[in-house]
This record gives sequence, structure tokens and C-alpha cells, in this order.
Amino acid sequence: MLKFLKVPSRQRRVLAVASGGGHWVQLLRLMPAFDDCDIAFVTVSDAYRSQISGATRRFHVVPDATRWNKLKLAWMALRLIVILLIERPDVIVSTGAAPGFFALRVGRFFGARTVWIDSIANVEQLSMSGEKIGRHADLWLTQWPHLARPQGPHFAGAVL
Amino acid sequence: MIFVTVGAQMPFDRLIAAVDRWARQTSRGEDVFAQVGDHIYRPSHIRYTKQLEPQAFRAKVESADLLVAHAGMGSILTALELGKPILVMPRRGDLKETRNDHQVATAKKLGAFGRVNVAMDEAELLEKLDQLNEISAAQQIGPHASSDLLQAVRSFIFHGKRRGASSLDAGVGLAAADVELGRHVSGGAVLANG
Repeated sequence: MLKFLKVPSRQRRVLAVASGGGHWVQLLRLMPAFDDCDIAFVTVSDAYRSQISGATRRFHVVPDATRWNKLKLAWMALRLIVILLIERPDVIVSTGAAPGFFALRVGRFFGARTVWIDSIANVEQLSMSGEKIGRHADLWLTQWPHLARPQGPHFAGAVL
Repeated sequence: MIFVTVGAQMPFDRLIAAVDRWARQTSRGEDVFAQVGDHIYRPSHIRYTKQLEPQAFRAKVESADLLVAHAGMGSILTALELGKPILVMPRRGDLKETRNDHQVATAKKLGAFGRVNVAMDEAELLEKLDQLNEISAAQQIGPHASSDLLQAVRSFIFHGKRRGASSLDAGVGLAAADVELGRHVSGGAVLANG
């Protein structure tokens, strides 16, 4: 309740999700888009925490699972459900890969609006998760104009 | 100093072995520092470490004269942000160096745009390292994504609606936001112009 009083009613709760390496670096390049938002992060390593200090103190780590390890994937999904219950985001934004895919799928079920920005590394075709997430992303973006299609993904610029 | 990096996720011994060979041939191992991941190949002519924390990684790039890397976007974006020349050798899917040939495509595309220098294999890498002075930095980029992309995401956060949501849910403000978003979606900045 106290939190509610402090936060202007129009402030958006945003959950920004990315796995490691390039996915995380691309997410960081989106920071100005989250200005004035009540932001929390999800990634796969505690080592990244220092890079968002100042923006928020809400930082969650999930296992770094890929589609090749089903057990780890299940554990990651479970962790994401708990995080979504804690954070209750209005909007979930992800630059990939597996953690973002699950966060969007589950989060949308909880009523969040979802944004998928396919990695700029996917030059010739969308990533597998980027292709499959299409139906579940309210804003579905590629960073390459030649990969855009009328029904999505759309092109709206790149992290570069 | 030449900083060699394979990224945080997987080793890339083919790259490390090639640089190690170059260091032996040229006796320039003292100038090289490598982040090698969970390697099997043991370099004997260069200094190396398995992993670097994000801030230590950035500091290494900052103090390097040249970055030699896999064609991963973490490495490439960091080099571009810090205005450092970067020479990439892509991982190959058929050698199980990553899940598919996406790094080959990334290297070709960003190479064509003049963002990175590319060596497709070890032979080309050694060739380019022998002509170090010809490897130049691309134009430095700012710390953030293109303003079009930032605006599209921001506009969606504040005004976007769920896809397939009933029009009854959408107020006048939302409709206006969609018009704005549509403008960004159709008129985005193209990478080649950057």
C-alpha cells in the first residue's frame, strides 16, 4: 500500500529479461526506453547486477537453460513463475533467449503485455524462440528490415 | 595489447589455437591476453584466463589496441561502444562451435556494413594479424539503441495494448499511440545508414 502511494498511478511496472552475453548487452542498450518505469531485471548471472545499479535494486537470476536441457529448463520456468508473481509486471520486454521466451509465455497468461526484440545476431532468419514467440508477443520485433513481415515480426530500428 | 575473447558461453579453441600459433611465429605473445572459456586447447605462447566479470571484460577492451573475437554480439557491441577495432572469426555450426551458422551470417553482414573486420577461417585470421596496421576501428557508437527502437518500445510500454484485445478496451489514447507506433514500425532507421 505504501508502495502504491509512492508510485504515480501511471508508472508502468516493467520486467526486462535477457540471458547472458549479447542478449544482455542488447537489453542494456534499451535502458532509456524504461525511464520513469518501475523496472526489474531477470538474467542468468549475478555478475551482471553491477551494470544496472542505479536503475533499480530489483534483480533476479534464473538458471541459464537452453532447449537442450529439459530439466534445467523446467527449473528455470518455475523460477520465472515465482518472479512473475512477485513482480506482477504490466509489461515484459525481452531480447532473448530461453528465459525471455518463458517469461513472455507465462507472463502473458498473467495478463502482462509482452515485447520480443529478436537478437541482432539473427541476420538470416529469426531465432527458433523468436519465431515461436510470435503469437505470444504483443510487440514482436526483428532488428533486420529484410526479416520483417506484414503480420510480424516488425522492424523498428536496431540496438546498433 | 591484443585482447582475444570467445565470449561467456562456450569455448572456441580454433580461435585461441590460431592466435597462439601467430604469437609463436611472431614472438608477440607478450602483447596478447585471451579469455578462453572452458577450453581444452592449452595456449603456450599467450597469457589467458577462463572468464572475466563484465566490468573486467570492459576494462580489457578499453585498454586493448585490437579486439580479436568470435562473432558474438556482446563482443562486437562492446568494441563498437568503446571505439575499438575488432577482428572477428565466426563460430561454425558444422564444427559444433555453436548451434548453427548464425555467426557466419552476422560476420558477413556486419563486415559488409564496415562495422567489423572479418576472418572467415584461421588462415585468413593469421593473414590479417600479419597486417595489423590495416585493421581499423569502425565509427564509435553511442551507449544506446537507435532512437526509433527506443521510441517503439517506450511507446508500447506506455500506450500499447494486447494483441487481439477488444476495441472496447482501447481508449482514445491507445489509438493515438498505435498511430505513433505504426509510424516507427514503418519508418525505422536502417543499420547501413548508421
